[in-house]
Amino acid sequence: MKKSYAFYMDASRCMGCKACVIACKDGHDLPLGLNWRRVPECTGGAWAEHADGTYTQNVFSYYLSVACNHCESPVCVKACPTGAMHKTEDGIVQVDATRCVGCNNCAWNCPYSAPQLDKSKKHMTKCNFCRERLEVGQKPLCVAACPARALDFGPREELIAKYGRANIAPLPPASMTEPNLAVVAHKDAQPANTRKPFLANKEELS
Amino acid sequence: MKKNHSNHGAHSVSRRNVLKFGVASGAMASVGSLGLGSIFCPAAQAAPALPHEDFLTSVCANNCGSTCILRPVVQEGRVMRVDTDNSVEDNWQEGIFQVRACPRGRSMRRHMYAPNRLQYPLKRTGERGSGKFERISWEEALGTIAGKLVECKTKYGNESICSLYASGVQVGALMRRESFYRLMNLMGGFALGTSDYSSAQNQYGMKYLYGQSGYSGNPTSDIAHTKLAVFFGLNITETRMSGGGLQYEVLEAKRKGNTRVIVIDPRYTDTCITIADEWIPIRPGTDAALASALAYVLITENMVDNDFVRTHVQGFDASSMPEGFAPNLSYKDYILGTGEDATPKTPQWAAALTGIPATRIIQLAREIGGAKPCYITQGWGLQRQAAGEMNTMAVAALAALTGNVGLRGGNNGDLDGYSPGVSPRLPAGTNPVKARFPTFLWLRAVERGTEMTALRDGIQGADRFPANIKFIWNYAGNCLVNQHSDINETRRVLSDTSKCEMIVVMDTHMTASAQWADIVLPSASYLEQPDIVGPSYAMNTDWLAFTTPVKPFFESRPVYDVCVDLAKRLGIEKEFTEGRSREDWLEYLYETNCRKNMPTLPETLAEARKVGLFMRAKNRDALPVRFADFRNDPVANPLKTPSGKIELFSPALHTIGKTWELEPVLGNRIPPSPQYVATWEGFEDKEGKAKFPLQMITSHYKGRTHSHYASVDWLLEVMPQVLWMNPLDAQKRGIEHNEIVRVFNGRGEVRIAVKVTPRIMPGVVTMPQGAWYKPDANGVDHGGCANTLTLYRPSPLAKGNPQHTNLVEVSKL
Ligand code: SF4
Repeated sequence: MKKSYAFYMDASRCMGCKACVIACKDGHDLPLGLNWRRVPECTGGAWAEHADGTYTQNVFSYYLSVACNHCESPVCVKACPTGAMHKTEDGIVQVDATRCVGCNNCAWNCPYSAPQLDKSKKHMTKCNFCRERLEVGQKPLCVAACPARALDFGPREELIAKYGRANIAPLPPASMTEPNLAVVAHKDAQPANTRKPFLANKEELS
Repeated sequence: MKKNHSNHGAHSVSRRNVLKFGVASGAMASVGSLGLGSIFCPAAQAAPALPHEDFLTSVCANNCGSTCILRPVVQEGRVMRVDTDNSVEDNWQEGIFQVRACPRGRSMRRHMYAPNRLQYPLKRTGERGSGKFERISWEEALGTIAGKLVECKTKYGNESICSLYASGVQVGALMRRESFYRLMNLMGGFALGTSDYSSAQNQYGMKYLYGQSGYSGNPTSDIAHTKLAVFFGLNITETRMSGGGLQYEVLEAKRKGNTRVIVIDPRYTDTCITIADEWIPIRPGTDAALASALAYVLITENMVDNDFVRTHVQGFDASSMPEGFAPNLSYKDYILGTGEDATPKTPQWAAALTGIPATRIIQLAREIGGAKPCYITQGWGLQRQAAGEMNTMAVAALAALTGNVGLRGGNNGDLDGYSPGVSPRLPAGTNPVKARFPTFLWLRAVERGTEMTALRDGIQGADRFPANIKFIWNYAGNCLVNQHSDINETRRVLSDTSKCEMIVVMDTHMTASAQWADIVLPSASYLEQPDIVGPSYAMNTDWLAFTTPVKPFFESRPVYDVCVDLAKRLGIEKEFTEGRSREDWLEYLYETNCRKNMPTLPETLAEARKVGLFMRAKNRDALPVRFADFRNDPVANPLKTPSGKIELFSPALHTIGKTWELEPVLGNRIPPSPQYVATWEGFEDKEGKAKFPLQMITSHYKGRTHSHYASVDWLLEVMPQVLWMNPLDAQKRGIEHNEIVRVFNGRGEVRIAVKVTPRIMPGVVTMPQGAWYKPDANGVDHGGCANTLTLYRPSPLAKGNPQHTNLVEVSKL
């Protein structure tokens, strides 16, 4: 059995700087409009104005850094009509570009929108966990980039046993796909199944 | 809308409520429409670059306060991608940790090979500012510049030649601004402003209060040694984002000390997200009111450190007032309402100004008064205000009242503190020109330099400035247009070519300032010149990087080489080079500076280059405790103030306040002690607010360093320039999230997308500074440049830039 990995992110440390996004974009030479890793901002809370000109509020905000979670139940794989999207023996979910017809089914089904169509290449693309780097004992680009040391990766079973699977807004409930993303929650983390629209930076997520 | 496919998950949550990334947005489309092709990017890089590639050592050396290590992967002289530092295992406690670059540094390849990168020297062909240029040779460009330098020197004097404040290259022995300084010093001198655009008000305020200006306190990592840290406007997470810098240090220090951190800021910054235990929103420009009310509670509830104040402070109360002044001019009299304004600075008084409930102010004072040590510090924003000197002093006064100065885990209330290792610089020599104007007033010096006096304009080294600025050298900076207040005023002055006769801009990109040049020189970037680089000012580590360059882009050149060529034409080559080549200088500095400071370095620079980066341990518990000697024995170790003490009443300021000629506008006064001053275009400017009811600040933005990296499309798509507005203000105006709005006042108009977010206080908007000015034919800015709206009016004491003091209105298109 090959070793398989999970991503780990400590949301109490993540400052939303997006160094991970840019390191990934540079290293994988991703075109504009396409980022394999993204940083959603989750913000909530309200203000009350008082007669004396003062305010009280209960504002909170936090970030997550999310790529493909190489899920245990990858709905993208199920949804792929050609078998191009597949989960390898080492747990990495990846696209076989020779079989991909770019129908976007995987992207529609993935609640994280992880697979993305590269229009010039005419096939789906996605985070491959920096397979080439893992194979020579290096860290994924995003992990090695993180200025706050909020991102990491490690043996899947160990991390998931220790931290569980990401089940935090604005992500979908973990039960949907069983993501291999272990998260240390921010102190203000909201549950994943909340109905409130906490995602505050949709337009930055391409 | 996307098709809603069936739900594969076990949960019954509707897909509509689930986060769905991948929605194409208007902002995205506009980034795409910049039309940035990939002409200079590697043609195709189907597979990611492999990890066994060779890396060069290089840096990002801009003015974010940090320096970061970049490790470019190079093929045929071109950067294929950049990695960052991974040379050590992180050990924060020992001061050894990876100097990981932020997203800006990581975008370097895209930045370097962008279509707006300058390739050749250019000469203006249209009207100044028209952006019309033609390509010329280096020969012609340097000939023109040298000729004009000589002409200006002869006709108007050396004082007419100005090197404009610029910080696009903040570290590096040879790539910084010293090359031109050295050239001009050898030519008889040049005009150089005092202070800067970053912290002028702080530098002046602290000089009178503590006798010392500029990051004078304990390194911010010292919060590891206290249970309570209070950050007045300090946003370290966004402004010091380097993985080798303060953001990381403060995360670690807070964890080590289990330190409670309170952040006071109009915005719920990223610092609030990762560092703060509590956020206290405050109206811009009212920090001195808050500080005064905190002092009121400290005094009235007996929480002042009387022992410390008695021995270390002048002018706290009547008993420590210097002779010859009315006793009720003391700080305490001001606070309690027994002074000239007869207004007690109660929490209720401050509540109405700051927007902070009185109960919270009282509680905060008790927290501060009850903790010893308490690390009190401030950010740079609250001093970049109309009465910024007072904000900075009033906050720092709290550290004196509570006796936290000179303590491990305490602080003197100044800006974030640092202790960076030494790195060498090209010796600039001495400037024979002694008369200096405040940096922010350079444009005034263009139009009426000879009318500028010490009492009216803060001229130093002379009673009157001797010349008008006729020649501007602007290397690696954007203060010529973009970063200077009131762009429309700047345009008016600069468009008259009989005033400033020549503007030379040397930079890497066609910036908003370069558009206004007569001659544009293409500069080699950080990665395209060999240098010696160490940590920038806002770091606490000791390391040195010896960089190896890639091929310069087209005809771009290092500034040092350009200055050598100018020296030749000016007949001072020998004096300029001292017979050394560029490489000789680096070797000389290696020997005389680097090896002295870090004796473990290899014998030769060549060997050091092979390794690239050297770090030295420095235990975080051994970082300096500033003012400790003064604390222990204030008589033997006096401060550099006239009394040798912390001056809560300053006779010098008292004189200045009586003698300086100040424009008669609200807030233009200089009290002798830290006080709250209501100002023009502040919260209390009722007249101004009747027309333009919103206070606009111009916070730093993580997508740029000031205006650096502002045009990188990779950054813009994930960090677009937007105006932040509170939902309450948006509702009143019928404005929705992400719509394009008009932001305007009497000085200009900006069209910009709005982020409706509770992360900013009601009544306040922020237009992050640094986005590049893009005017249309009507002068409406579509680039989101905050200086379209700022006012060119200096603060009273420092004559600094009050770019967070603005009133605007926002409306739908
Ligand atoms: S901008 Fe500052 S933090 Fe970012 S890479 Fe450059 S030096 Fe580092």
